[in-house]
Amino acid sequence: MKTETLATTPVKAAPPRRTSFYKDHEGLILGGAAVVLVLAAWEAAWQHGRAYSLDAEPMISALFFTGPSAVLGALRETWASGQLPSDLIHSGGNFVVGFTMALAAGVVLGIVIGWFRTVRLLLDPFLNAFYATPRIALVPLIIIMFGIGRLPAIVIVFLSAFFPILINTIVGVKTIDDDLLKAARSFCASHVQIFTTVALPGSVPFILTGVRQGVAHGLIGVVVSEMFVGGEGIGFMIAYSGQTFATERIFLGVAIMAGAGILLTSAAERLQAHFSRWRPER
Amino acid sequence: MNKLDIQNVSKRYWLERESREVPACEGVTLSVADGEFVAIVGPSGCGKTTLLNIVAGLLPYDEGHVRIDGERVEGPGVDRAVVFQHASLLPWRTIAGNVRYGMELHGRFPKPEIEQRTERFIRMVGLQGFERAYPSEISGGMQQRVNLARALASDPKVLLMDEPFAALDAQTREFMQAELLKIWRQARKTVLFITHQINEAVYLADRVVVMSSRPGRIKDVFDIPFARPRALELKRDARFLAIEDRIWKLIEEESESILAGGGSTPAGAPAV
Repeated sequence: MKTETLATTPVKAAPPRRTSFYKDHEGLILGGAAVVLVLAAWEAAWQHGRAYSLDAEPMISALFFTGPSAVLGALRETWASGQLPSDLIHSGGNFVVGFTMALAAGVVLGIVIGWFRTVRLLLDPFLNAFYATPRIALVPLIIIMFGIGRLPAIVIVFLSAFFPILINTIVGVKTIDDDLLKAARSFCASHVQIFTTVALPGSVPFILTGVRQGVAHGLIGVVVSEMFVGGEGIGFMIAYSGQTFATERIFLGVAIMAGAGILLTSAAERLQAHFSRWRPER
Repeated sequence: MNKLDIQNVSKRYWLERESREVPACEGVTLSVADGEFVAIVGPSGCGKTTLLNIVAGLLPYDEGHVRIDGERVEGPGVDRAVVFQHASLLPWRTIAGNVRYGMELHGRFPKPEIEQRTERFIRMVGLQGFERAYPSEISGGMQQRVNLARALASDPKVLLMDEPFAALDAQTREFMQAELLKIWRQARKTVLFITHQINEAVYLADRVVVMSSRPGRIKDVFDIPFARPRALELKRDARFLAIEDRIWKLIEEESESILAGGGSTPAGAPAV
């Protein structure tokens, strides 16, 4: 009886994989919903607190706190007045110039230091000390040396981004697989060939890790340098708004820096993924 | 005319930890004829890999001569190619890119010929269809085929193989041995093959050289009389087993003399 049933039961085809819009974008939908929810709660609390008065004073003062709508208002206002675009261009310029120089110098020097053992041993104590020192501690010194304005800001961004890129590049070159060097040598590779076919491509993933960290540190450098030495830029906007109790502008500046951070870091991550295609899936 | 002449070659290593010199191999003399397949067996640490690295030009030697076609070996050369124990493939290059690598470094072939040879040797090792895969995407056995194809494609006169199948599982290893013989019959290279597996050596080679343990010296040389092509079943043939047994006894004697304290390994130190 039982065998009969088994024999006559048609084999069911495996159900087709169901793809729904929700399943494909689960992270985005849940994450987005959470952000919207938090913003809405924030806005509601802010509106409510402002309207509700205690002893004829609003419970939440616009001096100390703000809400999303007020931040948006600040955005519109500063954009229309041309202040925000000019600050953005100023900060963006500081970042791009400082970071590009850090990238070029960090990669070139990192390769040299990683490649030549003696150079590395000579410089190691200094590199370790510099890497461990918060670069912010150098700001007063940089102001003394470079004055105020654009140049010291660029120097600070440069120093912030340079060390992560340098250190990671050194590690990348240093940790090249000996077996690969041996194979290259057995095929009569010249020093230049070893460099271009083994050392450089082998360190690319490390260099890109350095770039990612460098972006993050560079952004900190932008804000801090402008707070100290700038008359312009997003960092200056944040510092100045703080002094004038323009709370919503502080939030605006912070939000802009956060956005820039997310954008640049994810771009660096994409770049890293692209150059790591050959790596086994992790 | 001998293709490869190793004459009285000695090599000593400086042991930093113990501040003394250890001989890796001593007075090794060996000639390999054109197109001949010679295998070297010996216990671990007998200096067989050292010898191969010397022939490859990757390691300087203290005494003696290594000559290829009568010319002294002074470093790596386009007349030799090494198949390493670890596939040593560039992980960021595709299979085709890795097979091409040796030829690119040599710069002897024009571009179209490099392409043509890449394709030909990928086919020879049976990896067509995997040209665009990365090394991390293929098995260990396949990686060793790429390693072999890379060496063959660079068109060496002498192929140096350093325990190329040691890291493979037993089944894959057997299969690769048979494949290697097939490829060798097509490519007709002079081969120096290092292994610690006696039956691998007997199955593959025209002659098997047995090395003693440290310092590595040539203990005996066996001519392997079996006709080619050789089927894998040969390994179960009584004459095959007899040769294998004689070599095994020779190596066993060697290991025993170490355990009895006859070797130069200091007492208490692990016999590596």
